[in-house]
Amino acid sequence: MDALKQELKEFIIEQLNLEDVNVEDIANDDPLFGDGLGLDSIDALELIVMLDKNYGIKLTDPKQGRAIFESIDTMAAYITEHRAN
Amino acid sequence: MSQSYKIKSYCHIKAHEVSLNGKVIYANDSNTFSEFIKAAYKSEKTKYPKFFKMDNLSKLAFLAADVLLKNENFDPEVEQNIALVFSNKSSSLDTDRKHQETIQDPSNYYPSPAVFVYTLPNICIGEVSIKYKLNSENSFFIFDSLNARHLKIYSDILLSNKKADEVLCGWVDFEDDSHYEAFLYLVSLEGNTDHNEHEINKLYNI
Repeated sequence: MDALKQELKEFIIEQLNLEDVNVEDIANDDPLFGDGLGLDSIDALELIVMLDKNYGIKLTDPKQGRAIFESIDTMAAYITEHRAN
Repeated sequence: MSQSYKIKSYCHIKAHEVSLNGKVIYANDSNTFSEFIKAAYKSEKTKYPKFFKMDNLSKLAFLAADVLLKNENFDPEVEQNIALVFSNKSSSLDTDRKHQETIQDPSNYYPSPAVFVYTLPNICIGEVSIKYKLNSENSFFIFDSLNARHLKIYSDILLSNKKADEVLCGWVDFEDDSHYEAFLYLVSLEGNTDHNEHEINKLYNI
C-alpha cells in the first residue's frame, strides 16, 4: 500500500504539473481538492482517466470521484480494492 | 472627426528573449521552449500556479500579457475593461497534435482532459482574462502573418464604440520549440506612438 501511495503522489505531481511540490509535501490524508493541494475539475478528470489507464478501473459515475479522490489514503484504498491490473 | 488612438506599450517574446517597449528584459539560452518560458515566468515573480498547467500557446500569451499589464500597473484584483484581440498562424496546432497522439491508437485510447481543453486557440485569451478579471470583448483571428490593418481597424471600432477602454492586441503563435512568437501591444487614448498600420508593423519588426 505504501508503494502505491508513493506512486500516486509521483503521478499527481508529474501529470498534473504541480510546480514546487515534492512527494514529501503531500501527506496521505491531505485533501487533494479545495484548500489542500488545490486540484481543479480538469485534474479530477485526469485522475479518472488515470484510474482507467493505470489500474483498469472505470468510474461510470463521475460523482463517485468526490469520495475516492478525497486524499491519497482514499485513492489507494479504492484502487487496492478494485484494481484490474 | 474620428478619435485617434495610441500604442501605449508593447511586449515581444521570441528567440528566448522577452522585451518590453523595445528593451530586452529577460533572455536565456535554454534548449527548449518549456525551459525558457518557465524561467522567464519565474523571473517575473508572478505567483499563479495555474501557469504550469497551461499549454505552450497559453503560456506564451499569458507571459506577454502579464509583462505588459504589470508594467501598466493594472491591479489584477480590479476588473478592467480591456478588450483582447489576438491572432496567429498556427491556431492551437501544437496542442491538437498532442491530443491526437493520445487518441491515435484505438487499443490505447486515453485522451487527456488537461490537453483537450487547450485544443482551441482562444483558450489563451481565457487564461489572460481569468488572471486579470477581464469580462471584456475578445476575438481570436487566424492569418498567415501579422495583419496590422485588420487589427488596427478592429481595435479602433471597439474603442470608438465604447466597447472597451483599451485594447490588448497582437500576435501569439506557437508552432514548435524553434518557431514561436508573441507580440502584444496596448491600444489606448494615451501613449507616444500613433496607432496605425505603419507603426504596428514597425514595432513588430524591431
